[in-house]
Amino acid sequence: MKSFFSALLQSRAGLFGFVLVTVFVLAAILAPFLGLPSPTRSDLLARMAPPTWTGLFSPGAHPLGTDELGRDILSRIVYGSRVTLIVACSAVVLGGVVGVLLGIIAGYYRGIVDRVLMRIVDIQLALPLMLLALLVVAALGPSTRNLIIVLALTSWLRYARIIRGQVLALREREFILSAHAIGAGTWRIMLRHLLPNVLTPALVIATLELARIIIMDAALSFLGLGIQPPNPSWGRMLSDGRVYISTAWWIVTFPGIAILLTVLSVNLLGDWLRDYFDPKLRTSR
Amino acid sequence: MARYLLSKLFEAALAIWGVVTIVFFVSRVLGDPTVLLLPMGASQQDIDTLRAALGLDRPILEQYGIALLSMLRGDFGISFQHTRPALDVVLERMPATGMLAGTALFFGTLIGAVAGAIAALRRGTISEFVVMTAALLGQATPVFWLGIMLILFFSVQLGWLPTGGSGSLAHLILPGLTLSVFVSASIARLLRSSLLDIMREDYVRTARAKGLMPRTVFFWHIARNALIPVVTMIGIIAGELLGGSVVIETVFAWPGVGRVIMQAIQAQDFPVIQAGVALVAVIFVVTNLLVDLLYGVLDPRIRQR
Repeated sequence: MKSFFSALLQSRAGLFGFVLVTVFVLAAILAPFLGLPSPTRSDLLARMAPPTWTGLFSPGAHPLGTDELGRDILSRIVYGSRVTLIVACSAVVLGGVVGVLLGIIAGYYRGIVDRVLMRIVDIQLALPLMLLALLVVAALGPSTRNLIIVLALTSWLRYARIIRGQVLALREREFILSAHAIGAGTWRIMLRHLLPNVLTPALVIATLELARIIIMDAALSFLGLGIQPPNPSWGRMLSDGRVYISTAWWIVTFPGIAILLTVLSVNLLGDWLRDYFDPKLRTSR
Repeated sequence: MARYLLSKLFEAALAIWGVVTIVFFVSRVLGDPTVLLLPMGASQQDIDTLRAALGLDRPILEQYGIALLSMLRGDFGISFQHTRPALDVVLERMPATGMLAGTALFFGTLIGAVAGAIAALRRGTISEFVVMTAALLGQATPVFWLGIMLILFFSVQLGWLPTGGSGSLAHLILPGLTLSVFVSASIARLLRSSLLDIMREDYVRTARAKGLMPRTVFFWHIARNALIPVVTMIGIIAGELLGGSVVIETVFAWPGVGRVIMQAIQAQDFPVIQAGVALVAVIFVVTNLLVDLLYGVLDPRIRQR
């Protein structure tokens, strides 16, 4: 753990990502204690108030201005990050667990199980992820739970493919052969011996997937198929604010910056984790 | 080579069949088209008649078999919204999507390749830092937001370019630029790390030691091998762009395939959804097939298999 942090301090990009991610997570968790106005309370007297620092006349104190209903944009961004964080993390965990388990099973059993699973991966890859997500959301109906399922569905195959490759190599190693020799059962070998050895690559994939999922979540919300109002969501703020682009530029500008910074910091952290744990993973992405 | 080609063709056909099957069953979950087609308060008898006419009263597997056979003939049924063959509705959007995808791929690959090569060859200089920072930012920017920001700057503030729609070259600039940024960022990062990996190989050192010209070493020994992962990436991106970038087409009101599928999903227009998704899957699979064949050209080891 100590060497982990000293290595992190050595890398400017990694540290930057780590600090920013920490700040965002803390802000999301502590949102109710930050003294922000309610993200859903509208103040019709302060509709589309410009950010205070622009020097333009702005009723009330809104650091990033207000939207078309007079709701505080900063507060909506911070509360929106809570929703994004919950959805993205749940999707990453769900997709990760399914993907890792299927990857281990495919790599361990090989043969027909492996062929069927990898064929399913190929079939799913024949459809652009966004289109698949649109179809499934449209079929299940938009809700937070369905959004998580859809995002996980676009994610599991990345784990499955890479973990399968790792297990194919691991299963010939001595410690697995000796586990066989002492009569360890299949499940025991998969969960006690193989799983711990693929957790590191899984963690690296998970971080990089998190960034992709945050963008996709915003895109689905932007199309009206993600998180439903009145919950604030970054993508929805962008699509609602787009109508007022010629009069109130701040409504569409700041939620986008929030997405950009979040994705950038998660990506930086993910790249660093990958280089730290296993530089070989680089080519597999 | 022939065996390699055959197995790739078989995989491609299997993938398309899988996608069509998924789409058939998903769109049967989507809802009942008779509710949309008949006026409110239609009698049960009318509903039954229409269901029989559409074949919706048959067992689901029989419906699936019939649908599969007609899809093979290119018959996806009549669009509920447009009352025209569904495949025509989708196909006539293809030129718009193709134009946008072509523009983005051409400029994105060009800029990305030059930037990635500079970053790898000028390792540790300010040029590398600038290219890599720009690429990181480009990858972290949601494309639809970038599109909105470009509209804000070039259309709303400066008034130079139209905010959306199609019809002239001016309409193509903003959506093309938005997608190019995304494409070039991915390609620059991948090409740089791929070049750096190859430059460390022993055979590159051997080639240099033989006294070959630096340019020969770069193009024949380094670039050729470093291109393999980049070609895969370009193939995937090309497939996604040709399938219509739903979000960008929505932002710029671009009349492409992605947008027509999105509208069909909202209107529960099953025939158009099925035709659209099948078309996208075919495009996607064919592009990947071309990439696999290109591998054979780039990597002789695959050709010999």
